[in-house]
Amino acid sequence: MTLPGEWEMVVGLEVHTELKTATKMFCGCANQFGSEPNTNICPVCLGLPGSLPVLNERAVELAMAIGVALHCRIASSTFHRKNYFYPDMPKDFQITQYDLPINSGGYLDLPDGSHVSIERAHLEEDTGKSTHLGGTGRIHGADRSLVDYNRSGVPLVEIVSAPDIRSSAHARAYAAELRGILIATGASDGRMEEGSMRIDANVSVRKPNAPFGTRCEIKNLNSLRSLHRAIDYEALRQIDVIEDGGTIRQETRHWDEIFGETSTMRTKEEAEDYRYFREPDLVDLDPNQAWQDRVRNGLPPMPAERRQKLTARLSEPSQAQLEAVEVVIDLGLENFVNAAIDAGVEPALAVARAANELAAGIEMTPNLAPEAFSATVLMEQGGALSATQSKTVLGELLASGGDPKSIAKAKGFEQLSSDSLGSTVAELIEQNPDEWARYREGDEKLAQFFIGQVMKLTKGQANGKAVIAELQARR
Amino acid sequence: MKTAHQIAIDVQSGAGSAESELERTLGVIAARNEELNVFLHVDEDGARSAAASIDARVAKGENVGPLAGVPIAIKDNMCQRGIPTTCSSRILEGWRPPYSATVIDRLLAAGAVPVGKTNLDEFAMGSSTETSAFGATRNPLDPTRVPGGSSGGSAAAVAADMTSIAVGSDTGGSIRQPAALCGLVGMKPSYGLVSRYGLIAFASSLDQIGPFAKNVMDAAILLEAIAGHDPMDSTSLPEPPPSLVAHVNDGVAGKRIALVRELVDGADPDVVASVERAVEALKDAGATIVELSIPEFRLGLSAYYLIAPAEASSNLARYDGVRYGLRVDADDVAAMNEATRTAGFGAEVKRRIMLGTYALSAGYYDAYYGQALKVRTQMIEAFKRAYLDVDLLIGATTPSVAFEFGSKTSDPMAMYLSDVFTIPTNLAGDAAVSVPFGSGEADLPVGVQLLGPGRSEAQLFAAARVLEIAEGRS
Repeated sequence: MTLPGEWEMVVGLEVHTELKTATKMFCGCANQFGSEPNTNICPVCLGLPGSLPVLNERAVELAMAIGVALHCRIASSTFHRKNYFYPDMPKDFQITQYDLPINSGGYLDLPDGSHVSIERAHLEEDTGKSTHLGGTGRIHGADRSLVDYNRSGVPLVEIVSAPDIRSSAHARAYAAELRGILIATGASDGRMEEGSMRIDANVSVRKPNAPFGTRCEIKNLNSLRSLHRAIDYEALRQIDVIEDGGTIRQETRHWDEIFGETSTMRTKEEAEDYRYFREPDLVDLDPNQAWQDRVRNGLPPMPAERRQKLTARLSEPSQAQLEAVEVVIDLGLENFVNAAIDAGVEPALAVARAANELAAGIEMTPNLAPEAFSATVLMEQGGALSATQSKTVLGELLASGGDPKSIAKAKGFEQLSSDSLGSTVAELIEQNPDEWARYREGDEKLAQFFIGQVMKLTKGQANGKAVIAELQARR
Repeated sequence: MKTAHQIAIDVQSGAGSAESELERTLGVIAARNEELNVFLHVDEDGARSAAASIDARVAKGENVGPLAGVPIAIKDNMCQRGIPTTCSSRILEGWRPPYSATVIDRLLAAGAVPVGKTNLDEFAMGSSTETSAFGATRNPLDPTRVPGGSSGGSAAAVAADMTSIAVGSDTGGSIRQPAALCGLVGMKPSYGLVSRYGLIAFASSLDQIGPFAKNVMDAAILLEAIAGHDPMDSTSLPEPPPSLVAHVNDGVAGKRIALVRELVDGADPDVVASVERAVEALKDAGATIVELSIPEFRLGLSAYYLIAPAEASSNLARYDGVRYGLRVDADDVAAMNEATRTAGFGAEVKRRIMLGTYALSAGYYDAYYGQALKVRTQMIEAFKRAYLDVDLLIGATTPSVAFEFGSKTSDPMAMYLSDVFTIPTNLAGDAAVSVPFGSGEADLPVGVQLLGPGRSEAQLFAAARVLEIAEGRS
């Protein structure tokens, strides 16, 4: 979306990602989504009187991995308490990092070549989860509220970007790239629908080169689509206010997914004084160089590098192919694509089948061996399978594994091997001598006639290119 | 009244039994608890079953531990699974923790028999037990006077011969001051020596669990049993705990001990006289005594009354009526929080929450909490400089002997001044012990305080033992 007039939006994102640790940040409870409410709890994550936090080493490693991937400086850091009352926060303070975060001063380069600075990526604990019954589903006006503390104490990293983002599409691209990085580092599963990645957006508008306008923070955006919509809505709202002669109040706003609009949660005047101070129950977090190096050296390649490598295998890729590469990288399907290319499949075909058929069955890819993928796409390329048949075989392989040749045979695709296609074509030439003669004289349109006939005989199972190859071989 | 040391020997050897020791304890509690208000809860069944199991283990020839069959009193700010734990506050009334503090587990492992939970100032905020929501504890030596606080119940349990030993916690003097007022040995160990896991926090960076006993040996046995690294407490010292019992009789020959002017200035003449006599006794035992002024000590009280309330304001936020303890219903969550806290906390706790909230507030942090942290750093440096020249420091534990009920309740500052000599040690994270030496007004005991650097507990006990011997208590 382009903004009206000369308006430009300025956006900074705060992305909260839950870390994929086995246990919670300060206790031994399972860090697991979807368990029965209040089953992964203990005195520590319930904040019972007398309990004390002990930092999870793995959470620190994953936070450092994020820092390394975002080119941050990793430094000696401390924990603070952020004090405010909320029923799903059992200690009525959150343990977080304040003036000395573990990661600071990094950046993220996006596929479009833009550069977004990262101010910090710090560790903190998640809160429990409230469900409000009655009223609007929000705490105000609810009849009763239920709290599930399974999420209480789950480790989070909050990644704070500089206000370097200039459009909703840009914000979305940043969040998507960041999500890819978080998944690649192993720090997060990036499942926004499960709340393991949540975004707050700081939005303001200005005229080009003017100083930054007053910003509003939109809380808890739980999908890339919401992010996109909320930012656009908010920027337009601010422009309307300003163009009507009003001024923007600094405030925190709520995004309503159903009505597609933001509304005031609290103004700056109502903002809490969090009374931050050093968490006296924890000691300084000072990862030594050897530990940092271990994390650095253990990191797999990041999406940008992988994207570049795969793109290099395509000759003069089209926009559609670049988008397919994007899907392959996002879903981590390069091993299939690379195996197929290595086996002789055209890179563009390998990328296309992975980005469509494998992507559609992504949760089933563990059933599929890269060799089976290569063999199937190779059969398609050689004409033994039509595109439709190839997709059917891939679907079958994803669903239940197996051998591509046997599947093709069982489905009756095997008869379309070049031998049987050859005899079908030879028969048709015999039955249609006039058409064959005109084709031999150079009337290329008649190729379509023969393809049509072959399709009729094979009930649409033949490969058009293979038919042309057979015709040309006999011309 | 047998010492804990003797009880353990008798129980282990078969000359006595855990059950008979427990029955004696329960008998004294039954006779005197109503008058003195020492125990808020007596766990007769649990203690009887623990004692029976110890006797059974002894019968099987097992070595039960250094506190075999010794009944012990527990300050009611330490969690014990299934046992009501209140911090002497209405807000926690009826709460039974689902887990035990590390110190409870260690006591049980050493063979001790926890008999119940003792009264304290609400959330350990006070110096007399008068802020307890369940009534003040009386000093067994003079029931018209306070036992000190906040661990007044634990001190009174030992002073009344209910138990031979007790555990308390010391945030600004809450073990040493009641020990002094009840004529006991009481130690505040180095920060991190005893696990705080399961100790309900007042001020996390200052709180430390420690022992009460009638004599130095018992205090050393108890501290040795509960000290040591705990993976559940991040601030727990990683080093192995010091050997204490073996060094109780090491004496002070060749030690340099400084009498600190700021640790006697303002104390009653009887108290000062006791400290001076203690100095002579240490000199007689071969120590070199020097006099020292540490002006930073004068800043301790102010810094403490910003840092401790600041931490408390955060630590006590969780008592919001949502999950456990008192809930006073209201129209919405915020109103329920407010109504619960208004009804559940006493005046002193509210005063400190407000003080601490203010000290941490935006715009005031630098002037109050931030400034207090700087003073704390200066205090640590001042102690370090002193310990370059001397091994230990000596002074009074409290400015006066046990005072009468109500004499300081109307003036918080007067009450706070009870801790003026004990607070510097907490701010520095160091160790100090109070040992009875001489007497003052109304023939009540005076506590002399010995202070040492971190992990100097063995030296402190050895010096305290010298004073004990000089007083003719062997």
